[in-house]
Amino acid sequence: MAGSMDGDCITVKQPSRYLLIIPPLIFMGLFYFYPLASILSLSFTPQDGTSFKGLEKLFSSAYYARVLWFTTWQATLSTVLTLVLAMPAAFVFSRYTFKGKDLVLSLTTIPFVLPTVVTAAAFSALLGRGGLVNTVLMQLFGLEQPIIRLEHSVWFFLMAHVFYNFTVVLRIVGGFWARLPRQVFDAARMLGASGRVIFFKVTLPLLAPAILAASLLVFVFCFTSFGVVLILGGPRLATVEVEIYRQAVHLFNLPVAAALSLVQILFTFGLMTAYTRLERRTSIALLPEAAPKSTPLAKRPKDRLVIYTCLGTMAVFLGAPILALFIRSILTETGVGLTYYLALFENRAQSILYVAPATAILNSLGFALAATLIALTLGCLSSAFLAGAKNRPAVLLDPILMLPLSTSAVTLGFGFVVALDEPPLNLRSSWLLPAIAHALVALPFVIRSVLPAWRSIPQSLREAATMLGASPRRAWFAVDWPILSRALMVGAVFAFAISMGEFGASVFVARPQTPTLPLAIYRFLSHPGSLNYGQAMAMSCLLMLTTAAGFGLLEKLKPASGNF
Amino acid sequence: MKIKIITMLLILIGLITHGQAAEKKPILTLMTHDSFAVGKDVLAQFEQQQGVTLKIIKSGDAGAALNQAILSKANPLADVFFGVDNTFMSRALKADIFSAYASPHLARIPDELKLDPGNRLLPVSYGDVCLNYERQWFADKGIRPPHDLDDLLKPAYKSLTVVQNPATSSPGMAFLLATVGRFGEDGFLEYWKKLRNNDVYISPGWSDAYYGQFTRAKGGTRPIVVSYASSPPAEVYYSETKVDDAPTAAVLAPQTAFRQIEFVGILKGTRQQELAAKLVDFMLDTRFQQDIPLHMWVFPADSTIQLPDVFIKYTRKAENPVMLTPEAIEAGRERWLEAWTEIVLR
Repeated sequence: MAGSMDGDCITVKQPSRYLLIIPPLIFMGLFYFYPLASILSLSFTPQDGTSFKGLEKLFSSAYYARVLWFTTWQATLSTVLTLVLAMPAAFVFSRYTFKGKDLVLSLTTIPFVLPTVVTAAAFSALLGRGGLVNTVLMQLFGLEQPIIRLEHSVWFFLMAHVFYNFTVVLRIVGGFWARLPRQVFDAARMLGASGRVIFFKVTLPLLAPAILAASLLVFVFCFTSFGVVLILGGPRLATVEVEIYRQAVHLFNLPVAAALSLVQILFTFGLMTAYTRLERRTSIALLPEAAPKSTPLAKRPKDRLVIYTCLGTMAVFLGAPILALFIRSILTETGVGLTYYLALFENRAQSILYVAPATAILNSLGFALAATLIALTLGCLSSAFLAGAKNRPAVLLDPILMLPLSTSAVTLGFGFVVALDEPPLNLRSSWLLPAIAHALVALPFVIRSVLPAWRSIPQSLREAATMLGASPRRAWFAVDWPILSRALMVGAVFAFAISMGEFGASVFVARPQTPTLPLAIYRFLSHPGSLNYGQAMAMSCLLMLTTAAGFGLLEKLKPASGNF
Repeated sequence: MKIKIITMLLILIGLITHGQAAEKKPILTLMTHDSFAVGKDVLAQFEQQQGVTLKIIKSGDAGAALNQAILSKANPLADVFFGVDNTFMSRALKADIFSAYASPHLARIPDELKLDPGNRLLPVSYGDVCLNYERQWFADKGIRPPHDLDDLLKPAYKSLTVVQNPATSSPGMAFLLATVGRFGEDGFLEYWKKLRNNDVYISPGWSDAYYGQFTRAKGGTRPIVVSYASSPPAEVYYSETKVDDAPTAAVLAPQTAFRQIEFVGILKGTRQQELAAKLVDFMLDTRFQQDIPLHMWVFPADSTIQLPDVFIKYTRKAENPVMLTPEAIEAGRERWLEAWTEIVLR
């Protein structure tokens, strides 16, 4: 899958290096900048029917400033919380091997694909007013009123953000951590440094690029959060994304929606520019371990305690909501059974909308594979270019490639409709468009996963290989590939998950009858009746299973060595 | 091993894309929202009669789909659009994306549903957005179920109601319009102020309200929810075990519900005007109209259609529902929403 990368790409001279970035730039130009520019210019062109009366309110009213402040605040807090909770896990996963580690790692990424309505349902079922925890507590202590009152509070959706993003920190930081050369720590220890000193003076600085990369992804993800904030946070809390949707869809006030989108894009662009500078400064090239050596689960009680505490915390934060979903999919009105799963296979009303589970699974997988292939290919080319980029315009490209992640889904979706309507780009109702929309969002994840690894490979190592008589191709496969392949895996997992979860502008892409698993879930959730609800839960479990199976397949493609 | 897996993946992609190719018959495209549904055989009948392939494309909720139709006005995505409702009708007509067509089947449709005298948008179906309540809950507590909007303000009904945010939900908007129609532009805010004081719960969308907060949901604590007149029959139809009675009931008293009418129209710029007209005819004709209740869970516009048993048994149409003209709605929407947000959320 990384076959598109030419082995010589690392040693090529500057001018031909620019060839690498051409395909990603064409892709971004056609499917990001062109649609975005089209919808923005249409929005700001006065037409009969549209007016600009809302625009001045954007600047005069304190409301939008408050919305922007709240959006930033919650995204920052979500990022910090996710880091605090996931860093210990990243440590444990990079350091130890234990039974079922691969499985646990896969499970942590499952939340990523769950539709927000389903996640919200799981959280409410657990911690809502009439949820499991409250019911148990009320019965235990004979209380009249529920104790936990998280509904419509900031904490409720912050928890959901941690639930979604835990895996980003775990995979990106953990994967990087596992490759840090042990000798550095041994040397520090030998020089008499204590564990704490080693962590703050050696480990953290070395990890900085990965931590920064993960934080940025989490931040931007939460910055554009939509459904989670709406459902769990309550109607009083609105992010910029919610406001854009409201203006664009319900009020059809395109100028205001477009202006808000621009604010969102510029704000995150500024942030990303600052970040990419920081990332380049923090990245240290040293000899990463091609095959991470993690210690098998040590017998020492201290180590075991660390592992079990970490796994226990993860079980509470990530496992419980997933388990709640699974239980609800098999807990029918007449006891435990497979009623809901069986119902998925029967087309009661002979509707054209009936989606056989196999069809939905195939459609979802098809989109996900196409999106993953696109994102990986372009992500590799971009990383290869960025890893060696030195001059200013080249450096600026990095934040630009991140932009799709921070762009409002409605805006971009509407942009597709306006821009991609003429041959040869008449893609508006093509099956390719959802895959392209997913790839746009997945690309930043691939780049952020791959780039820190790529930068950590010291040039001297390649030179040594070449000096010893290896051809550039051979040197690349001997030096770069073993290190990069694992980072690529991380990127592939995210790209796959993003597409399986139908993240981003694809929600607004007009498409013919290619229903995916998330769309089927939404359909069930739009009609009353316990069977519909049960089937939505069953379909959600199928979505989780399919995703896990997809991860399994991806793992099979990974080189034999290593276990992160 | 790796090559094998990659080959398998490529074959899989090939299989999925295969269905797109090889169609000789003319293709007629219907653009609609996510809630559109119809029987397989019904559409097959149309395709056979006309010798066409019908392609249905969906683009989000009703508002998002209409906006995309408007945005693609210069180069339409489809020939026919279904799913403009009376709350968005004025926007659609102002954008001038539909061409007039007086279908012969209009004769069987009651006049009060025909909101566009120019026949650019023709009524296909309608649904009554209204309060639903869980019958068992009220029976257990010995409280009388609500039968009017004013009941929700009583102390006995404190913390019992969940409604959707009109800024993000179409039934939520319809319910807001019901209160505007009922209490007038001067009075509806007063109503909402009192409703807020009686601890109404605001959910962003229908699914979250019905499957999250409503007592029918596991963990839900509120026995009154804004939904549709057709929800009680849907509860029966989609129940897990056979039930004799609906677990919920709809409040259909005069001036408590808002009637949402859904329209179809031929998009300007279609190159298949005649075929498009045939599709509109078909959607207003008996076969399709009969198919509406059990697929889209709304009432067919043709008043001569016999409703399915589950509808007859477990619900009625709302009596004298609130109706506002599309022009009034378009003119008031933003102002009402802002005032509502100010009163209920700040």
